[in-house]
Amino acid sequence: MGAKIRVVHYLNQFFAQIGSEEKGDAGPGYKPGAVGPGRALEQALGANGDVVGTIYCGDNYFAEHEEAALGRLLRQIADCQADLLIAGPAFESGRYGVACGAVCQAAQARFGIVAVAGMDERNAGAALFRKSVYIVDSGPSLARMTAALQRMAGLGLKLARGTPLGKPEDEGHLARGIKRNEFAAKPPAERAVDMLLAKLRGDSIQPEITPPQFTSAKPAPPLSDLSSALIALVTDGGLVAEGNPEKMAPGRPTRFTSIPVTNLERLDPAAFDVVHSGYDTMLANQDPHRLVPLDTMRELANEGVIGALYEVIHATGGAHAAVENATSIGRQIAARLKAAGVQGVILTST
Amino acid sequence: MAQICTMIPVAKEVGSLRAIASGGIVSPTGNPELAPEKEKEFRRELILRALKILQEEV
Repeated sequence: MGAKIRVVHYLNQFFAQIGSEEKGDAGPGYKPGAVGPGRALEQALGANGDVVGTIYCGDNYFAEHEEAALGRLLRQIADCQADLLIAGPAFESGRYGVACGAVCQAAQARFGIVAVAGMDERNAGAALFRKSVYIVDSGPSLARMTAALQRMAGLGLKLARGTPLGKPEDEGHLARGIKRNEFAAKPPAERAVDMLLAKLRGDSIQPEITPPQFTSAKPAPPLSDLSSALIALVTDGGLVAEGNPEKMAPGRPTRFTSIPVTNLERLDPAAFDVVHSGYDTMLANQDPHRLVPLDTMRELANEGVIGALYEVIHATGGAHAAVENATSIGRQIAARLKAAGVQGVILTST
Repeated sequence: MAQICTMIPVAKEVGSLRAIASGGIVSPTGNPELAPEKEKEFRRELILRALKILQEEV
């Protein structure tokens, strides 16, 4: 069976038991052995490996200081003399998923270490890193933590031992876009006709290739005359009127609010709240201009830098937004702004 | 549209090409480490950058 594999486990501040959102700015650190879900990872590894250490970083710190964070985390990985890096699973947490992918990619590049990350397929980290990093699809639910870690451990051990892998769907990781030739029982012409006949019968078919996904709309042409332009502020950081009268959900948005700011020179913290489950809203609640810069836009309008500020702020709380819902919300806001003659938008996001 | 955010690669991945760096995850258009007057100056500089990129080709 071979020597025990030395595993290092990357977690965010929450799973490493440093703290919750309020500790998002925690810098990189190390704890010996397995921590939190690392214990389930160790069980999954069984006699094949040990979690020799746990490295962690606050999600906000990583997002804001990626180079510095990676520098320190890679040094920790080197010190651990690990054979395998397991990162996450991050499920739907976007900052955490991006960090997991980035740590794995950097460690692979620097040390040639074997690395496996885990997160939901729709995580932003999956879009960015699936081609360069083996990512196990954990699904969105934390209830599947143990199952995800078992698949990550299984894949990690295979990779660490150089065992040849089967197809992504069989190994349980996201497709990386790698093509391998294989012999099929039937020639392609026959397979194509079989597929067509199945389609005509109304049977479900399994395409052999995935058509490429195209990204969203082309960017607008440059604004030609800022000093006469009507500019709007939009945010996905969860600004609402005091008391949240429209009962905007803190996450998984399906709608947006339209906050009138006619004659308001500033956002009084007593008249506004910030409702968003995806980040620590304390600082934005203290001063909403840290999220929506109404004061600055008023100044610039008064000085003639912009033509005018649009009198409505459209806002939603973007935590864990389903892509279809986010797209729909964006389209609806854009339609309203276009109808109002808005020529430029500043979107402020956490 | 110009977007002020922290995770710029994510923004660009989904087609938000006029994305510029924010003051941080918890204070996109602020910097709570600065005194209030300096924070306002910081915000103004950031917004001017956003308005500038609105006028540029991407």
